[in-house]
Amino acid sequence: MSFSYDMILDYAPFFMHGLLYTLLFSLCGVVFGTIFGLIIALGRMSKNPVISGIFKTYIGLFRGTPLFVQILITNFGVVPAIFGHSNPYIAGALSLSLNAAAYIAETFRSGVQSISEGQREAARTLGLSQFDTMRFIIVPQAIKIVIPALGNEFISLIKDSSLVSAISAPEITYWAQAMNAQYYVVWTPYLTVAVLYLILTLSASRLMKLWERKMA
Amino acid sequence: MIKVEHISKQFGTNDVLKDINLEVPENEVVVIIGPSGSGKSTLLRLINHLDVATSGYIHVDGEDITDENNDISSIQAKMGMVFQHFNLFPNLTVLENITLVPKRVKRLSVDEANEEAKKLLALVGLSDKVNAYPKSLSGGQQQRVGIARSLAMHPKYLLFDEPTSALDPEMVDDVLEVMKDLAKQGMTMIVVTHEMGFAREIANKVIFMADGVVVEEGSPNAIFGAPQHVRTKEFLGKVL
Repeated sequence: MSFSYDMILDYAPFFMHGLLYTLLFSLCGVVFGTIFGLIIALGRMSKNPVISGIFKTYIGLFRGTPLFVQILITNFGVVPAIFGHSNPYIAGALSLSLNAAAYIAETFRSGVQSISEGQREAARTLGLSQFDTMRFIIVPQAIKIVIPALGNEFISLIKDSSLVSAISAPEITYWAQAMNAQYYVVWTPYLTVAVLYLILTLSASRLMKLWERKMA
Repeated sequence: MIKVEHISKQFGTNDVLKDINLEVPENEVVVIIGPSGSGKSTLLRLINHLDVATSGYIHVDGEDITDENNDISSIQAKMGMVFQHFNLFPNLTVLENITLVPKRVKRLSVDEANEEAKKLLALVGLSDKVNAYPKSLSGGQQQRVGIARSLAMHPKYLLFDEPTSALDPEMVDDVLEVMKDLAKQGMTMIVVTHEMGFAREIANKVIFMADGVVVEEGSPNAIFGAPQHVRTKEFLGKVL
């Protein structure tokens, strides 16, 4: 096992650049995954069987197939079909968001369903619309309940973003592979990115703890 | 007037209510008593459409709430409901619990809604709890907020589903006092309760239910003083 600090210094600008993309991909996944996830969760709980069926199918497809395959399909199939050529940035952000949305939707759903029926009944007897009941009563309570589970989703997302290296999106794993190819070294690049991921996930987990405490 | 006609309710093969008939005239208090599992709460839930009857009709001011062709929510709006477990919104303050729906549904301004909520809180004796969250209140205080929250929508009828059953004994009287005040002001109320003293003092009519049927009904004096039916005598013998 050999570990070269000189090589790391040599590659530091690339890793810094990669870190930015890793953060951006993760952030896209968190933001859009949360927004889509909330919409999908509400659709999935719709009383209309067609609407809930559509969202159930979405969740089933995205949770039932590997994220890696989804990334490849998005980059080499979906994005070229829309934009005429593949684009790893768009494909990476899109596939991570769509995949995270499916998982986050199920997290939200479990949170919403854990709110006691009495809350909905009270809102109904007062005459509050279903939409307002969700917006002012159910979702604020559900979010508080699902924060820890949501935190786990976000941390998975940071780690899963490494998969977009396969479509040449220049995040940190991509640069580790590049370093490995250039210098024929294994430990230095991969341990470096492992540590970088660890810093990111531990920071994210700390942030979620703070948020959890603030909401309590 | 609320008029319940031939209402039956089955959960699976279980007959919870069998051919219930009753009338609640305006400005009167009807108290429903009876052993657990007699269908009292279910009846209340059918009246304001939280559950759907298997058969029968429930007319509220002449409009049938069991007829899905009617505007159910406008009929529901005539009735307020006070729950055994309060069902306050824990994410909102006491004031917000009361003002949320008037603001959203009646489109009251924040000032109008707050002003009215504060009046209602004074009415139930909780002016000092305006900005408290429900979890910091005692059960009796929470229930009084629940009553104030219902009143904010100006219902014509108030339905109480065992409003004091989840309270510590020393909290019960505060809630009953508020209910008595409302009754004296002429509020039309249907009250499912185990508080026999309240029934005796306030009810215009007492209904005794058991096993999903109305066994006996009459004035408080008739029911408590001279019950006719064996089931009524048995029940009152146990609780009085």
